[in-house]
Amino acid sequence: MFGYILRRILAVIPVMLLVAVFVFLLLRLTPGDPAAILAGDMTTPAKLENIREAMGLNEPLHIQFAKWIGQLARGDLGTSLISSTPVSSMIASRIGPTLSIGVLTILMSVALAIPMGVLAAWKHRKGADYVVMTFSVLGFSVPVFVTGYIFILIFSLKLNWFPVQGYAPLSQGLGAFMTHAFLPALTLTTIYVALIARMTRANMLEVLGEDYIRTARAKGASERRVLFRHALKNAAVPILTVIGTGFALLIGGVVVTETVFNIPGIGRLTVDAILARDYPVIQAMILLTSFLYVLVNLVIDLSYTFFDPRIRY
Amino acid sequence: MLKKLTAALLASTLMTGAAWAEKTITAVMHSGLRVLDPIMTTAHITRNHAYMIYDVLLAQDSNFEPQPQMADWEISEDKKTYVFTLRDGLKFHDGAPVTAADAVASLNRWAQNDTGGQVIMDRTESLEATDDKTITWTLKEPFAPMLTVLSKQSAIPPFIMPARVAEQPADETVTDYTGSGPFIFAEEEFQPGVSVTYRKNPDYVPRDEPADGMAGGKVVNVDAVKWVTMGDIQTAVNAILSGEIDYIEVLQVDLLPLLEGDPNLTVEVREPVGYQTMARLNFLHPPFDDQKIRQAALYAISQEPVLAAMAGNPEYYTICGAILGCGAPLESPTGAETLVEGNGIDKAKELLEEAGYDGTPVVLMAPTDVVTLAAQPVVVAQQLRDAGFNVDMQQMDWQTLVTRRASQSAPADGGWNIFITNWLVPEISDPISNPMLNGSGDDAWFGWPTDEKIEELKAEFIAAEGDEAQKEAGEKIQQHAIDNVLLIPLGQYGFPQARRNTITDMIPSPVPVFWNMNKAD
Repeated sequence: MFGYILRRILAVIPVMLLVAVFVFLLLRLTPGDPAAILAGDMTTPAKLENIREAMGLNEPLHIQFAKWIGQLARGDLGTSLISSTPVSSMIASRIGPTLSIGVLTILMSVALAIPMGVLAAWKHRKGADYVVMTFSVLGFSVPVFVTGYIFILIFSLKLNWFPVQGYAPLSQGLGAFMTHAFLPALTLTTIYVALIARMTRANMLEVLGEDYIRTARAKGASERRVLFRHALKNAAVPILTVIGTGFALLIGGVVVTETVFNIPGIGRLTVDAILARDYPVIQAMILLTSFLYVLVNLVIDLSYTFFDPRIRY
Repeated sequence: MLKKLTAALLASTLMTGAAWAEKTITAVMHSGLRVLDPIMTTAHITRNHAYMIYDVLLAQDSNFEPQPQMADWEISEDKKTYVFTLRDGLKFHDGAPVTAADAVASLNRWAQNDTGGQVIMDRTESLEATDDKTITWTLKEPFAPMLTVLSKQSAIPPFIMPARVAEQPADETVTDYTGSGPFIFAEEEFQPGVSVTYRKNPDYVPRDEPADGMAGGKVVNVDAVKWVTMGDIQTAVNAILSGEIDYIEVLQVDLLPLLEGDPNLTVEVREPVGYQTMARLNFLHPPFDDQKIRQAALYAISQEPVLAAMAGNPEYYTICGAILGCGAPLESPTGAETLVEGNGIDKAKELLEEAGYDGTPVVLMAPTDVVTLAAQPVVVAQQLRDAGFNVDMQQMDWQTLVTRRASQSAPADGGWNIFITNWLVPEISDPISNPMLNGSGDDAWFGWPTDEKIEELKAEFIAAEGDEAQKEAGEKIQQHAIDNVLLIPLGQYGFPQARRNTITDMIPSPVPVFWNMNKAD
């Protein structure tokens, strides 16, 4: 097991190197010039050239790449070309909100979706099933910026229960954190509930038709025990995969929600960096997102052993 | 249970609010602050930031007249020597006094990047600190617009920094943010592109005169000002409706109905003159290397439809043919009649025929991601097509546009023929600093006209003494700039702002400043 984890972690290195080369080259091929953003409208070509020189953008690509990889090897993500702030501190101040909202979303989604999926499978083709499925289709189909603004209109502007925007870290207290994080998380939850509930329903339906379920019922196990001990545990592996990849997707894809609720997360950081062609920030963010994907996949793979003892590494 | 939970959550929110400074103005500005060096960039948000934490020697009042700010001045009889004397009580945020040596170092760094500054430096015999409080600036020849350039409001004002900071080269960004202005930058709270906080400078000594334009006493009435960036203007609108923020600097006209009915809010145009939107042609490549074809483009355009598409409501735009800005001291409508009246299309067709236009495509760069620039290219493209131009409108993001406009290649090889941008009127109201009026070929602003005549006319303007003479010289510049089509003015606009009624005493200045402003409890 330990050897397996070590091998998986070591396997991250070539993946990250490939990502690094790809991102570096892709950014240099994209039109755009950070010097032009920095200088503003009233600059001249000669001044732009001076700024490019000072930023090191005029050096040959392989030299720029070698310098960047050298920095990375020393654990230095570089400095923003635009704000002159260390990239690591920019990410450190922005990752907290995104991770918090992501975790809260996944917790709320799992808490709602698993019972909903089990119920829909149990009451297959009955009223409860149709209600759950209708909600799922709706949750999946309505864009988050629509859901977000509807929630703001109802819960913030009409009922005054929550602030319309902003973020408060946990260090300011659980209450402050929840008032700010609840609506964004609820908005994202509508999508993930739909996704996880449908997956749970489909897998439960498959498992509920198995012989061992009939056996469990025949030997007099209660319906709750049949559903949650026998069926759900056996249906868990694909559901876990969806939850895991869903979390990774959340980290990289919450930019719309962050914008609607004005949350200073890494989604907005990445988009702003792309618009300003702030190469060190974009490169670091893509590397970080790739690393999170690899890490989440590893955690999911390891968690399979808990639900399915036949799986061994 | 739900009520209890809600009450608990609300209580904690209120407690979080109470942890802020006692009297804080929370504002959503037109963009996020990322670059902190106001000499390095002409970005307006950086200039606004600089006015918070730095001070300037001279400033313009609401009539564009230079007034003393950090310094008074005396001019020698031969008009070649300017002696500036720093006023008492000026201190940097680290407690050190502001000295003439700091001012000289700051002026030298500023002049490396500012067009007006470079013009003065070309005429400078010496610039030195004659004692701790006296700056003596000696010119080789009289330069009438000296005080106007030194007091410029925007792009780029000569902000005064400590000498140790200003001695850094102008193409490297400063990282020490010590100023002597009315607010102190809270560096530890700064999140680039997210939020920035300024605290009242308790040691700042304002001038005695009342605030007027960018001049007068900078009296700070609040403990802190916090600028919050919101990626979506709708979020900002929701936040001001709920009272979470106090002020939105720039509002889109189509969102006004959401705010106008709220009795707690005021929606207004803050500053009197606003922005100029204009088109720039590339003089290096066909078809606009031909003056007649450039003129045809100017005659083809009518401002009204362009402005209507851009700002929608006529309350927020002004049809204006003055290249140096309507409402500015050198305003002149000469030569731009067809732009204003929209009746030049026949003349445009005639000129195109005379010039033998062969259908060479006109590459018009159209940015899609900047609200204030997205509509104009679409209308301009159609107006040019109506006159007979073959227009290739290429849509791109603003970043791609600013990179591509620096390319002198042919349009087919990644160059361009025409693009549109906007300026704050005080940035273009002075012929010396107006980038479009630089006729020095490769050293000129993007578009690179080689135009000796405009340089001669600017020299005449520099030599002109007195308002009348300057106005006359400005008129000639207007006539020539239109004739050679150094730019095509597309009109002026001003965006409405929104504030909660608790915010009072805002100064109607082109640059949004936070001194004088107050916030009721």
